[in-house]
Amino acid sequence: MLKRTTYLSHSYGKPNSWTLASYEDAGGYRGVRKALSMTREQVIDEAKRAHIRGRGGAGFDCGTKWSFMPKESKKPCYLVVNADEGEPGTFKDRTIMEMNPHALVEGCIIGAYGIGAHAAYIYVRDELHLSKERLWGAIKEARARGYLGRNPFGKDYAMDVFVHTGAGAYICGEETSLLNSLEGKRGEPRLKPPFPAQYGAFGCPTTVNNVETIAIMPSVFDFGGDAFSQLSELHPFNDGGARLFGVSGHVKRPGIYEAAVGLTLRELIYDLGGGILDDRKMIGVIPGGSSCPVHLPDEIVNVPNDPRFAPYNGKSILDLPLGVDTFRNAGGMLGTCCAMVLSDAVDPVLALHNLVRFYKHESCGQCTPCREGCGWVDRILNKIVSGTATMEELDEISEIASNIMGNTICAFGDGAATPMLAFIRKYRKSFEDYVKTGGKNQTQRLAL
Amino acid sequence: MAFALSADRERELEDILSRYPNKMAACIPVLHLCQEANQNWVSDEVIAFVAARLDLSPAHVKGVVTFYTLFNQKPVGKHQVWVCQTLSCALRGSDKILEHCEKRLGCHVGGTSKDGKVTLRTAECLAACGTAPVMQVDKTYYENLSISEVDRILDRLIQS
Repeated sequence: MLKRTTYLSHSYGKPNSWTLASYEDAGGYRGVRKALSMTREQVIDEAKRAHIRGRGGAGFDCGTKWSFMPKESKKPCYLVVNADEGEPGTFKDRTIMEMNPHALVEGCIIGAYGIGAHAAYIYVRDELHLSKERLWGAIKEARARGYLGRNPFGKDYAMDVFVHTGAGAYICGEETSLLNSLEGKRGEPRLKPPFPAQYGAFGCPTTVNNVETIAIMPSVFDFGGDAFSQLSELHPFNDGGARLFGVSGHVKRPGIYEAAVGLTLRELIYDLGGGILDDRKMIGVIPGGSSCPVHLPDEIVNVPNDPRFAPYNGKSILDLPLGVDTFRNAGGMLGTCCAMVLSDAVDPVLALHNLVRFYKHESCGQCTPCREGCGWVDRILNKIVSGTATMEELDEISEIASNIMGNTICAFGDGAATPMLAFIRKYRKSFEDYVKTGGKNQTQRLAL
Repeated sequence: MAFALSADRERELEDILSRYPNKMAACIPVLHLCQEANQNWVSDEVIAFVAARLDLSPAHVKGVVTFYTLFNQKPVGKHQVWVCQTLSCALRGSDKILEHCEKRLGCHVGGTSKDGKVTLRTAECLAACGTAPVMQVDKTYYENLSISEVDRILDRLIQS
């Protein structure tokens, strides 16, 4: 159900929306006052009641993640905010950092207090220079006002926030790789366990949260956790609140739209995104960043064993509310909720070719299945596109992808294998046509 | 010649160090600082300098430099241009933008124009998919690009 909200995006497009004055005019720094009047345990409980599922793609409940942090720790604890936004198709965190940076700073104070940390690091990818500038600006304003420092809002709880910069590596969006990068090392993912809550940044207990997850916290505490969760149509799925939805690719009005959780892909693409560019037919949509499986528009929801799916079974996947568990159970993945839309002007073979080149380029090279597999599939796709591949090679793609899946240290391998498997299965005929005709029947283009 | 930082940049280095519990964590921000002070590339002298200042081995610093794509291991042009080529931008015609840049600059991806003004690169997803196609010029994003817009940008760079 389409229900527009403006918790994060109220200031988007307004002049000087990134300043403290403008943020406080709009009711900023109210939530943190409430949070700091609670105990740590109460803060975590309030966050749990809001059912904020991680906005970075994995969809883990934020309050629950916070509760993994030790109650007593001899070592310092850290909050690390993952602002290494780089998943193809995803562009929501950047809008928060550029236009509403104080929401993130306020959220950092709440989150850090909840997990017992006195410092928060925001890991921003290097390319986002404007985001870093706006965040530093917000941090300096908050320090000058005493919101950060020894006694934020009169509370005896020292707190500071720092911006850390990456240097161009998609893999650093993976949390353990991000921690290595924060420590000044090569951004290679770590084995888990130990999990960051035991052994994270600098060997200390650490929670890593996505930008949007942290930036929505001021609204959660201002509004009340339970009430905030109930904004969502998926409250019964423990998937609460409002979030940013993005749509890009072949739609008339690509962009970021904020709405209550429960929005469907049809509403995102047609009501918010304005429909398909040039009124063409849609051949597929990737719901939340390139690591999610692509969906065909004629896919039908069928989850007979779960009574919560009764209202959705038999309907088109486009009419299934976008939620972490709704999509997971329906054979998809929600990811970051930033959809990429493909019209019938696109050749799906070239679309996969583009994505596999991305994964090949960004694999850190630590695990053999991912390093070799992504390169291997890329070479086969090169042959398919140039019309020199055989059917056996086409079949090899699924085999290679299945051998990457689940056999790597981090989730990058799964993220690379998922689009390979989904594209080959769902657009099998296009791939076979390429092989049979040597690519002669194809449009050879991605753009309209 | 040994690499050194200006007094201003030395102060910035001290400020960076003050943010972290140990010196190693400053490695990436300090490399950025030094790269900017060294015509945008990381030479062996820069690596030696960073290693000495942060009490790291040069091998560690070199390892970091080679891992991340935004540390240049060779001299680059006065300006750097990155054209995003990942799916959302590709769906909106980034290949034509890239082709046009190659033609205008007279170099291929990874190369530098003959006058040394502009180094052309591709980028993997710049997180601006809603305003595709996108390119980054030094520290600035240019979004919703058209060929004529690209021409205006390149003209400015070439004349700089």
